[in-house]
Amino acid sequence: MKEKSFASKLWSLFRNNTVPFMFIVICAICIPISGFSLNYLLAEIITRIARNSFLILSLLIPIMAGMGLNFGMTLGAMAGEIGLILVSDWQIWGIPGMILAMIISIPISVLLGVICGKIMNLARGREMITGYIMNYFINGIYQLIVLYAMGAIIPIVHSSIILPRGYGIRNTVSLLSMRQSLDNLLAIRFGGIKIPVMTFVVVALLCLFIVWFRKTKLGQDMRAVGQDMEVARAAGIDVERTRIISIVMSTVLAGFGMIIYLQNMGNLSTYTAHSQIGMFCIAALLVGGASVDRASIGNVFLGVTLFHLMFIVAPSAGTVLMGDSMIGEYFRVFVSYAVITFALIMYETKKRRTNSLAGRELALAQKEADK
Amino acid sequence: MSELTRSSGNPIVDKIRAFARSFGLPRLIIAGFLLLLFIMAPFVGANFFTQLSNTLNRFSWNAVLVLSMVPMIHSGCGLNFGLPLGIIAGLLGGTLAIEVGATGFASFWVAVLFATPFALILGSLYGFLLNKIKGGEMMIATYVGFSSVSLMCMMWLLLPYHSPNMVWGYAGKGLRTTISLEGYYNGALANFLQINIGHLSIPVGTLLFFALLAFGIWAFLHTKTGTAMTAVGSNPNFARAAGINIDKTRLLSVILSTWLGAVGILVYEQGFGFIQLYMAPFNMALPAVSAILIGGATVNKATITNVIIGTFLFQGIVTMTPTVMNSMIHMDMSEVIRVIASNGMIIYALTRKSEVSR
Repeated sequence: MKEKSFASKLWSLFRNNTVPFMFIVICAICIPISGFSLNYLLAEIITRIARNSFLILSLLIPIMAGMGLNFGMTLGAMAGEIGLILVSDWQIWGIPGMILAMIISIPISVLLGVICGKIMNLARGREMITGYIMNYFINGIYQLIVLYAMGAIIPIVHSSIILPRGYGIRNTVSLLSMRQSLDNLLAIRFGGIKIPVMTFVVVALLCLFIVWFRKTKLGQDMRAVGQDMEVARAAGIDVERTRIISIVMSTVLAGFGMIIYLQNMGNLSTYTAHSQIGMFCIAALLVGGASVDRASIGNVFLGVTLFHLMFIVAPSAGTVLMGDSMIGEYFRVFVSYAVITFALIMYETKKRRTNSLAGRELALAQKEADK
Repeated sequence: MSELTRSSGNPIVDKIRAFARSFGLPRLIIAGFLLLLFIMAPFVGANFFTQLSNTLNRFSWNAVLVLSMVPMIHSGCGLNFGLPLGIIAGLLGGTLAIEVGATGFASFWVAVLFATPFALILGSLYGFLLNKIKGGEMMIATYVGFSSVSLMCMMWLLLPYHSPNMVWGYAGKGLRTTISLEGYYNGALANFLQINIGHLSIPVGTLLFFALLAFGIWAFLHTKTGTAMTAVGSNPNFARAAGINIDKTRLLSVILSTWLGAVGILVYEQGFGFIQLYMAPFNMALPAVSAILIGGATVNKATITNVIIGTFLFQGIVTMTPTVMNSMIHMDMSEVIRVIASNGMIIYALTRKSEVSR
């Protein structure tokens, strides 16, 4: 068994990483067609890695706890946005503003995370669809707060943020005075390419935290719960609590991630900024070769690079090929959804195959025992 | 809900409590809210009959879409979040009917005719896929719906449609985002036998069409195949022991749901008056799902009554809240209320323990 030929090794590498390979092929075809310079692409990719990695890393912990892709990460994003709205009303800018926004987002994220975790514990086996619907549900409550309560109940004074009618937040909140304040801290320019060192330091710290966390008692508990809930319970682990903690951590991290994401963008679309973020982060993670039950830090960075490379080149490649930029736009949306669909199908079929295999082995063992 | 189960000694009160329990608390709240809206309507200056007609109209547009949930719930495939797939089959049928030049009342039936093969093909593929992934249907259905909608976005631009009523004027190709059905099947069913009394207008044709389909499904569920379908949904192991081919039964239910989705969108369009393409089918699954849940269905049990009650309550709230709320507190909170109520209902249903574990 050990003496595998090089070809079969390559084949199994390909089979286990179909999605990343598909994306490498798509990018390899699209890059020359799109006609972008290498320098431009490199600069864009570095910006996008800095912007998105933190958000995507927040997905890793629930996967570890066996709760699948956390479609409820949007809840954290909303908490982060509420923090940013309040901070910009108080006119606290730059790094202090970001830190304060993060501090404000924590209690909101924790509350939403606990609610989400409790509901997911009730809907066991349907965590993903429940998290996905939770998005819509909490989005309704977010709108209730931001559109009606802010200014009426929660004091908002600044006229650039509040709607002229006296309550509710404007469609866009400008974060101009906060724009790229983290990215520009200690930034290095390298042949026209800006490298946001401080952002990468923060992302690296989170990576270190996740690596360390896996080794702690709680991290080990989560992995045990992810492997087999009943066995974990028999071993004396409080399964429900562990699962809730994993969702809370993911939600809080997603809140921080959203603040980092928005400081790079420089403005906040109050009602739409969070609506697609979960989908894009999950698609990026899956493009990096992760699956519903297994994801590593490497998957995050490979995924964010490949996915955003496709995102940059697809519209212009579409324009060159089809003479219509909309084709490329739709193509990249289609690919994002198709990747998620594909990954979900792969996961479910694999789960069924292992289940039936285990059943067959059990039957065989019983037959042996009967003899 | 302990107070609902306590006995009081009074048979009538007990009966009411038993009714409330079987009806479900969230449903009761929503029904009460709608009743309150209807009572409030005259006080805020909205005509009761106009409101009722609006609700009935919207009911008639959406009822078939909600009905399309029933077969899949019965066979244990869960809530059909993949409804956009059926809608796409319907959209293909509708656009093809216009392309071949069918007009007026007949174009509706031509559209249904054209939509059917697409629904059968897409439904079989979809059903085949869902059989491979038993247990994870709902999440995958959602994303199958999304991917197919975004794939069709490209197709609407690329497919060789030529009818000047549908393509972009300046380019001469690529379908428009919204296509008017004036002269085609706009009101094909609604105008048939329509009753107008003062402010009250009842789209009898559409309601009859829905009643026909609903009766068809009811009758089907009472045939041998239909009973087998229910058996597969409520207890797969029992069904297998009884010699029912589970995969085939599920496949049939998915095809049926997809076809009903295709017909449902055509019924919706004939009432609404426009075909909406591109990203429009994207968010059509959630309202239909929450409507049937509001009507009392669970993840693995649904009846025609659930469809009727649910659609009426859901569409009633959609039509009534804007008018009543706006004139009462001068704030348009209806959209937010609808989002919270409908998605809250889905979460409620997902957290209920299903009666059988797979």
